[in-house]
Amino acid sequence: MAGLAPAAGRKRSPYPSWFYLPAAIVYAVLFLVPTVTSFYFSLTRWSIFDSQFIGFDNYVTFFREPALVSGLWHTVVYAVITSGLKVVLGLGLAVLLTSQIIGRGYLRSVVFFPVLVSTIGVGLTFTILLDPEEGLINESLSLIGIQGPGWLTDPSFALFSVALVDVWKGVGLATLIYIAGIVSIPQEYFEAARVDGATAWQNFRSIVLPLARPATFTVILLSLIGGLRSFDLIWAMTRGGPGFTSDVIASVIYKQYQAGFYGLSTAGNVVLFLLVTAIIFPLSRYLNKKEVDL
Amino acid sequence: MTAAVEVRRKPRKNVVLSLVAILLSIVVFLVPFAFILLTAVKSRQEASQLDFSWPTQFQFVQNFVDVVQARDYMLIIAFINSTILTVASVSIMVVLAAMVAFVLQRRRTRWTGFVNFLVLSGLIIPPAVVPTIWVLQKLGLFRTMPGLILVEVAFGLSFCILLFRAFIATIPRELDEAAIIDGAGPMRLFFRVVLPLLKSVIITCVVVQSVTVFNDFVNPLYFLPGDQNATVQLTLYNFSSAYSTQYNLLFMDILLITIPPLIMFLFFNKRIVAGMTAGAIKG
Repeated sequence: MAGLAPAAGRKRSPYPSWFYLPAAIVYAVLFLVPTVTSFYFSLTRWSIFDSQFIGFDNYVTFFREPALVSGLWHTVVYAVITSGLKVVLGLGLAVLLTSQIIGRGYLRSVVFFPVLVSTIGVGLTFTILLDPEEGLINESLSLIGIQGPGWLTDPSFALFSVALVDVWKGVGLATLIYIAGIVSIPQEYFEAARVDGATAWQNFRSIVLPLARPATFTVILLSLIGGLRSFDLIWAMTRGGPGFTSDVIASVIYKQYQAGFYGLSTAGNVVLFLLVTAIIFPLSRYLNKKEVDL
Repeated sequence: MTAAVEVRRKPRKNVVLSLVAILLSIVVFLVPFAFILLTAVKSRQEASQLDFSWPTQFQFVQNFVDVVQARDYMLIIAFINSTILTVASVSIMVVLAAMVAFVLQRRRTRWTGFVNFLVLSGLIIPPAVVPTIWVLQKLGLFRTMPGLILVEVAFGLSFCILLFRAFIATIPRELDEAAIIDGAGPMRLFFRVVLPLLKSVIITCVVVQSVTVFNDFVNPLYFLPGDQNATVQLTLYNFSSAYSTQYNLLFMDILLITIPPLIMFLFFNKRIVAGMTAGAIKG
């Protein structure tokens, strides 16, 4: 105990602050510095080598260009659709996969495996499966007399289709988090409910749903964070097309970067930063507060 | 994990529901993978029809050789690059994160809150792309493998720190004190006493981050452009435009790139699950 007293601690702490140093340097140089300077560079016309201050012109351009503004809107839609579906399907699958069911281990594995597969690989595979004429999905639908839409070629479907593939790939993680949450519910609750003659639905409504709430919060936060910055799947499947109908902020950033508009690209980054912080920080504070109330 | 649940409940299983679930899982999850596998072994003409059908002739070896030889063995180079990237960045990440987590969990100072805030920010805030390129350029690390490795370390630290911090909290302080009384300095205490105790969580962290870094597409795309430096995800992306008519080769590439995560999954399923659900119990 004496070693922890302030007087002795001054001599030499067993937990030295310099342990932070290597990580802090890497993190500060490659994460904090870019994040902070992005605010300045977003106000410039910029060619990496020299930058010229132009005030809010980049933001004006960003919000005047309908293609870019729609990217902002698509980002929110995409994040909400994917995280909503992951919550609903993840919870449903987790209830199923914690119940008495044959082949439970197999089902858990098969639902989870896509999480580990390359996003680009999944994107390219589904681009082909979703091909409007020759794709497996529309060919199967036509067998039962349904004319499938041009999933990725129809402007009103493209963003939605990519979001569905995102859910296909990511629902395993949500399921896993829910399974962990449900398994940690003490069995006494279910036993008491059985004594009271509760139905399966009442079990779900009154025990699983409220007690799996921390898992729900985790799933919502993780999938919103992932959904808002999502880029690789969209890029592999549609590259923001057709037109700009599936462009999100992250793909706008890349396109402007490719076109050499570094200032504008960075402005997009700042917009994304503000969007994410405006949604995630209040939400996580709100959810954490509810958790304490529980 | 589930043994306790099973003992207490009646082992009556819902057969109809099980069959429906298994059938659906085959259609939704297995068919796409089977499609990859089947298309990868077809001939070029057959693959171009995009059918879900049994190949009339198997060309596994032929397609494999073709993909590997394409563009002067680019796939081999890419696999080497990806391996270097994954091994280097994950090793650095794990050691640095464990050091931070150790001090962060053990010693409360007025910095603790601030450090925690930075760690969470690292998970939430999307990295600013072009300014990162600017920093790398200034350091002479843009378009270099060390640059990309450090970028992956910077972006991956937060997750590892949170994982380690939670685990270190379960190691009793008395152990530290015993080591200190025996005359161990901070370095010995950490590297000889604490780090070995972290073995299981280190495996978890290594596995999860290896899969993440190996599958990463965005960071190599921005920070390590150019064919000679391509990682496997980039070759896949490049193949998709260059071989848009040779689906058998494209899917062979997808198949090859899916194998490393599959191996990880088969050997470390439990560890991966533990790492990925760590946040569920304690937000």
